[in-house]
Amino acid sequence: MLVLTRKINQSIQIGQDIEIKILAVEGEQIKIGIEAPKHVEIHRKEIYLSIQEENNKATNTSIDLLRQFTNQIKK
Amino acid sequence: MKILTKYHGEVEIEESQIIHFRQGLPGFLDKTEFTIVPFHEEGPFMIMQSIQTPALAFVMISPFDFFEGYSVKLTDQLLETLEIKEKEDIALFVILTVKEPFEDTTANLQGPIVINTKKKLGKQFILSDASYKTKHYLTNQLTSSVKEG
Repeated sequence: MLVLTRKINQSIQIGQDIEIKILAVEGEQIKIGIEAPKHVEIHRKEIYLSIQEENNKATNTSIDLLRQFTNQIKK
Repeated sequence: MKILTKYHGEVEIEESQIIHFRQGLPGFLDKTEFTIVPFHEEGPFMIMQSIQTPALAFVMISPFDFFEGYSVKLTDQLLETLEIKEKEDIALFVILTVKEPFEDTTANLQGPIVINTKKKLGKQFILSDASYKTKHYLTNQLTSSVKEG
């Protein structure tokens, strides 16, 4: 991993069109501004990972269970 | 064309029934084509079946039937990606993680599936605010909807 030290209002340029700027440091929190093309998706990593994890868990439903629940809801 | 599905065996579908997820879904980035069909003629379950992989299917519901007040603000970026021009062209579902007993089943309200029904484009939209999580129990909503219906 490349490690760079930055001060407030300093930026990092990634490729031609992505800029990451340190806006503020408040105790343990750091505010970061990101300029990137619209097609580049930006997510908080832990949220992205939790969606990924939930998607994986969601694919294991048996047909019997679905049938059973469909009947259960109908009643 | 004929495809093999996880829940309905071999089924015949039209090209026009294929929804394109250009970037796949988190965890399934290489799965870019799905079709959405009801699990059964009755009941709330919709199946999002991978065209490429018969064993891959998601169980979904319409969140608005189960979570009163559920609302999602679609970003300009999403509208652009899905080429959405009219509100009427939008369909929205949430993925269930089905567990037994049914009371343990959860809905992922943080990553709804948004579809442009006209252009047949879809995407899992990841909400960046913290108001919804990946696991919301259906129980209460289900119980009340059963009583009413």
